[in-house]
Amino acid sequence: MGAQLRVYKRRIRSVTATKKITKAMEMIAASRVVKAQRKVAASTPYAQELTRAVTAVGTGSNTKHPLTTEAENPTRAAVLLLTSDRGLAGAFNSNAIKAAEQLTERLEREGKQVDTYIVGRRGVAHYNFRERKIAETFTGFTDEPSYADAKKVAAPLIEAITDETADGGVDELHIVYTEFVSMMTQTAVDSRLLPLRLEEVTQAGTSAADAAGAVKGEILPLYDFEPSAEDVLDALLPRYVESRIYNALLQSAASKHAATRRAMKSATDNAGELINTLSRLANAARQAEITQEISEIVGGASALADANAGSDN
Amino acid sequence: MAAELHVALVAADREVWSGEATLVVARTTSGDIGVMPGHQPLLGVLESGPVTIRTSEGGTVVAAVHGGFISFADNKLSLLAEIAELSDEIDVQRAEQELARAKAEDDSEAQRRADVRLRAATAGR
Repeated sequence: MGAQLRVYKRRIRSVTATKKITKAMEMIAASRVVKAQRKVAASTPYAQELTRAVTAVGTGSNTKHPLTTEAENPTRAAVLLLTSDRGLAGAFNSNAIKAAEQLTERLEREGKQVDTYIVGRRGVAHYNFRERKIAETFTGFTDEPSYADAKKVAAPLIEAITDETADGGVDELHIVYTEFVSMMTQTAVDSRLLPLRLEEVTQAGTSAADAAGAVKGEILPLYDFEPSAEDVLDALLPRYVESRIYNALLQSAASKHAATRRAMKSATDNAGELINTLSRLANAARQAEITQEISEIVGGASALADANAGSDN
Repeated sequence: MAAELHVALVAADREVWSGEATLVVARTTSGDIGVMPGHQPLLGVLESGPVTIRTSEGGTVVAAVHGGFISFADNKLSLLAEIAELSDEIDVQRAEQELARAKAEDDSEAQRRADVRLRAATAGR
């Protein structure tokens, strides 16, 4: 076998092996998307009821709560960025990071100091490499987040927002995550969790939390609060933040799996194309080799015949 | 006035139970509260404790609920809990073990959780 042909054969073998791997990853991601989507759907009733309750307290009482009223002069904001632990998901992580950077820039232009909280190793690595300050990081659960994980993420954020700004607390809480629109479309979005914008809560279903699917344009009854509006709000808001973060984590996970599936599908397709091209080249090389051998034989034979014809004379 | 109310008991990650009921008893931070059809709109903070739902078919559903909210409006009652388990989902043996362990380790939180579970499980029998 000629050297050229051997090189092609070797490359075809290696591309075939890679193709098998990407194909397997594609199928794994596809099955995980379905699972993740189901989890998003399962968390919907809770998020929906909670959003309703928050809206009810927010509109139905005149309570002034630090978490619902905007600071007159907000100086510090927290940004929670949701990325994934693992890559191989196309532009999934870079899109989320880009959205977070734009938001940070905007907030800084408004004169706010930004604390960044990051979920997922990819985002942490990105920030560490650029030596930017990170307030807190959470890793290890982005593929299948549980409610306990959401609580863990929410705890320092809730603490930061309840603290006085002078003591290192923040006035605003933003979240950047990848919204799962459909199997083919996932968009990185940012939304402000706190302080609550009541009109936003009522229609949170439209953008931020489609899965939270808030009740739209419904007139809410006057509630009786047990024990009191303040206490209810005190207990409600942390749960609200947790549930929104949980929802965002789930959507982000579903988006990540969808992005992985897509990236792996195009990798598999590319590998297939590459194998085709390489096979053609290998065939041409083989043919060239045969042609060369034939012409060598023919050339040798005619040289022999010429020599014989010369000696006969 | 309708003689029954629609109840939805939802945990953070799933819907635990939903259906029609005639009476729901839950424990709020200021004491037990019973809700019957036609109650005034209500929003309350739940303690961890058993929730009893008297269904319209005459049966009783008991669930262990750990923290959360009760909200009632338009004859629709929602019980939101971070963790909620129906009495027949509760593994009594495990809850007992948990209770013993919590007592030994002096973990009052875990002890209460296990206690609520056990009480809900026995009430549901």
